[in-house]
Amino acid sequence: MRLEIINGRLIDPAQDIDQKGALYIEKNKIVGLLNAPAGFVADKTIDAQGQIVCPGFIDLSARLREPGQSNKGTIESETKAAASAGFTSLCVPPDSNPVTDSVEVVELLKDKAEKYHYSQVYPVAALTKKLAGSELSSLYALKKAGCIAVSQAHHPIQDLLILRRAMEYAATHDLLLIFCPQEASLSNGGCAHEGAMASRYGLPSIPYAAETIALMQCIELIEVTGCRVHFSGISCARSVTLISKAKKMGLALTADVAMHQLHLTDDDMLPYDSAYHVIPPLRSEKDKQGLLAGVRKGIIDSICSDHQPHDKDAKLGAFPETEAGISSLESVLPLMMRLVEQGDLELMQAIAKLTIAPANILGLDTGSLAEGQVADVCVFDPQKKWQVNQQSWLSLGRNTPFWQEMMQAKVVHTIQAGKVIYTQSL
Amino acid sequence: MRKIENLQLNEQGQLQHFLSIEGLNKSTLTEILDTAESFASISSQDVKKVPLLRGKTIVNLFFENSTRTRATFELAAARLSADILSMSIATSSTSKGESLLDTIHNIEAMQVDMFVVRHSLSGAAHFIAQHVAPHVSVINAGDGQHEHPTQAMLDMFTIRRAKQQFTGLRVAIVGDILHSRVARSQIQALNILGAEEVRVIAPKTLLPTDVESLGVTVYYDMQSGLKDVDVVIMLRLQKERMSSALLPSESEYFKCYGLSEDKLRLAHKDAIVMHPGPINRGVEISSKVADGPQSVILQQVNNGIAVRMAVLSMTMQHRKEHG
Repeated sequence: MRLEIINGRLIDPAQDIDQKGALYIEKNKIVGLLNAPAGFVADKTIDAQGQIVCPGFIDLSARLREPGQSNKGTIESETKAAASAGFTSLCVPPDSNPVTDSVEVVELLKDKAEKYHYSQVYPVAALTKKLAGSELSSLYALKKAGCIAVSQAHHPIQDLLILRRAMEYAATHDLLLIFCPQEASLSNGGCAHEGAMASRYGLPSIPYAAETIALMQCIELIEVTGCRVHFSGISCARSVTLISKAKKMGLALTADVAMHQLHLTDDDMLPYDSAYHVIPPLRSEKDKQGLLAGVRKGIIDSICSDHQPHDKDAKLGAFPETEAGISSLESVLPLMMRLVEQGDLELMQAIAKLTIAPANILGLDTGSLAEGQVADVCVFDPQKKWQVNQQSWLSLGRNTPFWQEMMQAKVVHTIQAGKVIYTQSL
Repeated sequence: MRKIENLQLNEQGQLQHFLSIEGLNKSTLTEILDTAESFASISSQDVKKVPLLRGKTIVNLFFENSTRTRATFELAAARLSADILSMSIATSSTSKGESLLDTIHNIEAMQVDMFVVRHSLSGAAHFIAQHVAPHVSVINAGDGQHEHPTQAMLDMFTIRRAKQQFTGLRVAIVGDILHSRVARSQIQALNILGAEEVRVIAPKTLLPTDVESLGVTVYYDMQSGLKDVDVVIMLRLQKERMSSALLPSESEYFKCYGLSEDKLRLAHKDAIVMHPGPINRGVEISSKVADGPQSVILQQVNNGIAVRMAVLSMTMQHRKEHG
């Protein structure tokens, strides 16, 4: 199968390319950028006039909810939603049920994802058995089975000696640790940012120090263990400062922020509306500005969706008892374009945060449109307006604070390993 | 900051649910106080009943234990001639929102007109009000650490009776502000009704972050905080505050923040002393002060009935028509 995408605005941050032209794909690889290879005759042509052609998006944190919670989402529903949102690769955190601490779960994820063939799925292994924070998972076997990294998701390891050993062992097998910093004793079961909003509405709250203390401890252990660490879902301005200092010290670490943290603060929350219940919580305007500055300066390497689909019941109740998380894959692209529109990010930089940056963090040979690369491509219409509603939304989780909101920018085609996995229906 | 979705008022701007003091204006609060005043005389009559809510059904839904609040709601409903059913529901059986709604809808099916709800989670009353049938009113009898609006209104009623007006009043609220829904409602009410100054006096461990944003001045000691105040509101201290390292001991708390006769002398000489009850004598307040001439604690309890009668009758009157 030979595919050409013509007339589009090609943007590839990895090669610093932003110009109108064509992209040529044969089988699963990119075989030409701007210039067709000799003798190339396309079986299929996509006219991307007025559209942007960029590498497919790579998400560092997308929960599919299968196995265990197929009422909230399935591998099929969520990878399909991801494909419709331009994502060609998804890292899946290990906190499914059962957790990803066995080869069986890894195989289930990979087999099912392959069967449906929407976005490519990269399981992240549980660092400790059952994520309980006491015994190591069989990390070597899990790596061999296809896990791309290891993580505790939102289950912190209380005992620092265990964390140290786990990091040493992960480093032994050259595994990346994806670390969500939160000191449980300080977050203390809270459900909102410690600030005026939580105080007014009597919500148990989480101070920023719950994040920064866990972050500092982990940074110190990077120094000790030599483990490569990626900090996921940073929410505080102070964390950006700490990460910047650690990077200047030459430590092997990277970081991401969830897209919604760059748009929403606790001031934007409609009090007691569980759609805004997310962990880490939506923080202050100062934090949001600090995170944006961190993204601009490259201190925060990438932006993730932190996709957490829920069913209706999970979000039904008094705010503190509802489950945390936002269904977010499908709002990433329009929210990214909103940052560009607002002048917070350059378009090239914004696309880099979703493509080459996460590819580099994970060591994947995707995230670029260079010749010879796997043909993971996203074609989107930056002008297309659409509403977040039942018709447009594919994820089973409708838990988003953006429900009913008008969005701009919509994916037209998503191509994964040369195969068109999504085409917008007219 | 975005404000809570205001479900409390009907299209005419009248009270149809009573969920929080926040979101109400001075005239609504004054109307509650005036209505309560008209009911207060009933308590002293031989026949303590009016037929205002005859044939109406009110259900007390208490997901958290309470003796006094529940009793005064029962009495208030009885004096308005309503039928009242009180249910205590262990929260373990309604651990999730779904089953909470099942409970509500099941009882609602018995042609109920009003729910009085107490729950251990902030926002629970608001959540229930969002999901009841349009003709059913919801009264918040305390939700988590959020608000306890009828308690605040009976406190305002007591203050107004003692001081005639709110203008110019300095009020100090002393104790566990952090965990207190009563304090949050009082702070809102005092500010709306135009008190001169609302002070909170507490150690840092018992104050919420950015508490000033609620419209209060913060004091960490009684000596400066009580100076020249007209009203002293003491809050109940829960024993578990000691076991969670918020405070070292009851005796140290009493030394710093307990209201003794000596400390009360720092306040205005005709200052009144209030407490939402039940009192921990010797912990937050000395017996001499609690039973002394400046204390209006027992009046508060009695006023609770009239204020709850006012809220029940007003919301019942303003709820949407059946069907």
